[in-house]
Amino acid sequence: MSALPPGAKGRVPACAPLLTRRFPANVWIEARPDADIPTISVPDPGSLLEVMRFLRDDPGTAFDLFLDLAAVDRSMLRAPVGPRDGNRFLLNYLLYSVKRNEHLRVRVTVPESPAVLPTVVPIWPAANWFEREVWDLMGVSFSGHPNLKRLLTHNGFVGHALRKDYEAGQRWLCTEEDLLPTQLAALTDAEEDVFETTTVNFGPSHPATHGTLRVVLRLDGERIVAAEGECGYMHRCFEKMSETHNYQQVIPFTDRLNYCSPMLNGNGYVRAVEDLLGVAVPPRAVAVRVILGEFSRIMDHLVCIGTNLVDLGALTNFWYAYQPREEIYSLIEACSGARLTISYVRIGGLAADVPENFVEWCRSLLPKIRARMADVDGLISKNRIAMKRMRGTGVVSREDAIAWGFTGPCLRASGVPFDVRKDSPYDIYGELDFDVPVMTDGDNYARYLVRMEEMRQSMRMIEQVLAKFPSGPIITDDYRVALPPKEMVYNEMEGLIYHFKLVFEGIKVPAGDIYSYTEGANGELGYSIVSDGSGSPYRIKVRPPCFPLFAAFEKMVPGGMISDAVATLGMLNIIAGELDR
Amino acid sequence: MKTSLPAIRPPIAPGVPSGGGPEFLTTKLDLLVQWAQSNSLWPLPFGTACCAIEFMSVVSSHYDLARFGAEVVRFSPRQADVLIVAGTVVDKLAPVLRKIYDQMTEPKWVISMGVCACTGGFYRAYHVVQGIDEIVPVDVYVAGCPPTPENLMYGILLLQEKIRSGELARHRESKTFVPIRVGEDPKGTIPAYSQAVMAPHTKAGPMPVMGDTAEAEAELERKGAKP
Repeated sequence: MSALPPGAKGRVPACAPLLTRRFPANVWIEARPDADIPTISVPDPGSLLEVMRFLRDDPGTAFDLFLDLAAVDRSMLRAPVGPRDGNRFLLNYLLYSVKRNEHLRVRVTVPESPAVLPTVVPIWPAANWFEREVWDLMGVSFSGHPNLKRLLTHNGFVGHALRKDYEAGQRWLCTEEDLLPTQLAALTDAEEDVFETTTVNFGPSHPATHGTLRVVLRLDGERIVAAEGECGYMHRCFEKMSETHNYQQVIPFTDRLNYCSPMLNGNGYVRAVEDLLGVAVPPRAVAVRVILGEFSRIMDHLVCIGTNLVDLGALTNFWYAYQPREEIYSLIEACSGARLTISYVRIGGLAADVPENFVEWCRSLLPKIRARMADVDGLISKNRIAMKRMRGTGVVSREDAIAWGFTGPCLRASGVPFDVRKDSPYDIYGELDFDVPVMTDGDNYARYLVRMEEMRQSMRMIEQVLAKFPSGPIITDDYRVALPPKEMVYNEMEGLIYHFKLVFEGIKVPAGDIYSYTEGANGELGYSIVSDGSGSPYRIKVRPPCFPLFAAFEKMVPGGMISDAVATLGMLNIIAGELDR
Repeated sequence: MKTSLPAIRPPIAPGVPSGGGPEFLTTKLDLLVQWAQSNSLWPLPFGTACCAIEFMSVVSSHYDLARFGAEVVRFSPRQADVLIVAGTVVDKLAPVLRKIYDQMTEPKWVISMGVCACTGGFYRAYHVVQGIDEIVPVDVYVAGCPPTPENLMYGILLLQEKIRSGELARHRESKTFVPIRVGEDPKGTIPAYSQAVMAPHTKAGPMPVMGDTAEAEAELERKGAKP
């Protein structure tokens, strides 16, 4: 059940002949039989820009969406990953072609000194913050980058935290001066002499940011002239922490990435590990994951819409949106024992079985959600004030949305029907009948409508899974991965040994690396995992869907009013835990 | 026809009987003030992470914090008297939290919601404040990850009790507040928050990785941790 989409395994990129013809020496095609996604490597960083430009522009490749940049410090890696040239850092560029629906990984290695690569920001603007993050945490710099400074940690930080020789607990003093955005000086342009502009600090503790985000705005009256976003106020070191825990222990950390829909994060993570292990998940566990995952998506969208409408002055909707959430919480609590941070998934299945009345309970929830959604719909969708606030504000064109690396509802609101559940189906999404809502306006109203429709589609999916809800075990019987049942542990020698090995050593995941992607509530949620064969991950890099959204925020708001910026920020649905990790 | 219903009067303040007494009361001013303060707490939610979502649940209709007189959420520190720190506070956010605390007017109280705010939680990491009492004084610690709404409401009830008891558990002037884990700054030149944030610079040892304990031990030995 957990296998990759059909045809994806061992696939060489469809553009491979094109690449070998165009770059006979500068591109190596990786043809591992167990490859997760098509992979190429560029042995000579000098030709990186040329290759990348070709990958984006040629109609036969057309990788126009920049997904992620995952850097690995290979200095302590026992198993080889990537080209064996002895270079310390391996960078994986993850690209996606909207036109051809294909993922691609481009590997480049960099020596420890000089750890410099040419920047790809002119090719994909979305790469801007990804490269800054790599510079901040891994210490690989990018020549020609427009604004290469620390992103997640503060200015008083010394060293690069994700390098293997950096100790996980080493902290550095942060004073108020370290928070001043130095870039603001660059915003002071010639206009300041003509118009009287003011600089306003927005966040990190502000009711409309719904989290610890910070934006510095330069205003001409109420109109925004320039903006600069800053993140890192919730950088909880998830990636470093995951390196010091074993695979099962990482699950609670994933719950706290996007805490509005923890089930989706957990599912994405365990799928990645299961794919590395090659473990099959029982159908009942998959069905529960899909049902609770879609309920989580509904919860996430409800938070987004409810809190954003509070900012627009429509407080009543907040109560309407929160009531179904409480109902869903009760269901999730009955399954997992916790309301919010549930840790319900396990590698190979689920932590516990669902309650006996699960199917009826789920069914009874759907009309309640529909009723409250109808309330919000009736109050807002044709409301003149709401439409004035949302229509035509925060507009993102189709081209911009792709260039800025948008995925999920925000991309679909700009007219690109890309949904991982549809385009490379995982779990049982391939068997379900559902539609992908798409709007072409690209404004806040389109994002609102797409989210509303997605909730309806989620409920459709839940109904279909409930109609064929399978029985059987909820976790795999592969005892190298899942704990054996207690009767076996107490009565049989092998059971005891399995139990002992799992508890003390953790799951031994075969060496290799993987990029596994699912559809999170905000877009493509990807996990790049590098394993060296030991019990804990060597490196985990999350591709948070919010990250490119917030990076583009500073380009979306200039020209509009402050109040429009609030509506836009709410409708992008930035979750700080996921943004900063 | 004349009907006479006895007027029902709720208890006015602790120690003051209700019922058809005279039109005046005698109490101590302190008691009256404490009673008033405890029943109209205006929280400032310093919501950062998961706990903020649970805080939203507490103030919304299902749990309805209004029953305890603490539902008037204020986002301006000047208007609030209880700071609810809901979620992880990282080093980059520490000066911000301290500033907001300093901007609040007296009397003020702090509730630390969730284990991240209390101790750093399971983030023993390079960028996470290991408990907000490094930065601000805390009146009530609410455990849980995140705490259930009932748990937070119990915390608020405890705070009300504390206010009514007139207990002063900390220095009221934030300038003289001495953090629990003080760094080395005998002259006192560094502001309190920096001092506090600076304190845990002592290196936490490398955490032994499960499955590699023998190696981890060998490494510790190599580093001279073994006596």
